[in-house]
Amino acid sequence: MSKGVPTMNGPVRRVVTITNPQGLHIRPAAAFAELAQRYTAKVTVTREEQTVDGKFWPALLLLAAEKGTSLTLEVDGPDAAEILDALTEQLAVVFEDEPPIVPPKG
Amino acid sequence: MCRMSEFVVHDAIVPDLQATTKEGVIREMVLALQKAGQFAECSADEIVSAIMRREQLGSTGIGRNIAIPHAKHAGAGKLIGTVALSNAGVEFESIDSQRVNVLVLLISPQDRPGDHLRALENVVRSMRNDKFVEELRQAKSQEEVWQLLHK
Repeated sequence: MSKGVPTMNGPVRRVVTITNPQGLHIRPAAAFAELAQRYTAKVTVTREEQTVDGKFWPALLLLAAEKGTSLTLEVDGPDAAEILDALTEQLAVVFEDEPPIVPPKG
Repeated sequence: MCRMSEFVVHDAIVPDLQATTKEGVIREMVLALQKAGQFAECSADEIVSAIMRREQLGSTGIGRNIAIPHAKHAGAGKLIGTVALSNAGVEFESIDSQRVNVLVLLISPQDRPGDHLRALENVVRSMRNDKFVEELRQAKSQEEVWQLLHK
């Protein structure tokens, strides 16, 4: 700001599609929220009419976002554009599938 | 699909958990599911280990004294679960560091991520209702819990 360069304080928005085959389950939601918490900017995630706090993972579960679901990310505050990029990247991370319980054969 | 009343096994509800550790309460819930005829062909140890391994990747304690421990099961035909209540509360490394008094344990088929997501959504949504959580915590029997889930 001191250099007279306008900062991108937002709000900035982007529609992203969930690509994780398991959808936005607890671990990706927690990783997303943890990243969002590093910034002072406000982060919200919207699915249709429902908007939730992007810094609180249990709230993200309310979106029940399966693979293919479109979500709108909105960042409002300092470095909004950069944060939006980082969060978009985070959402694309696929978490390794948890090994299932396998019933005994026979 | 996936309202709590649709996946909770009535006979596996534990209204008065005796264990006081994370692994202990999970074991008690798994044994209750097996006693109710679910996953009886697996060893309880194996199911408990899978749930504990998942917890090690990050606690499923959603805050406000509630947790949703879970695992996937390769042989499960549909998502099922149980509800358990702990009067004393259990240390669970929850998001708000509070002890857990209400647990919803889920066992999901491997290939139905949507059902798992909708079950999580339903649990979180139900538990945002303070009155519901309060009534649940006061419940003293399987039947009382069951009635609350069907309200």
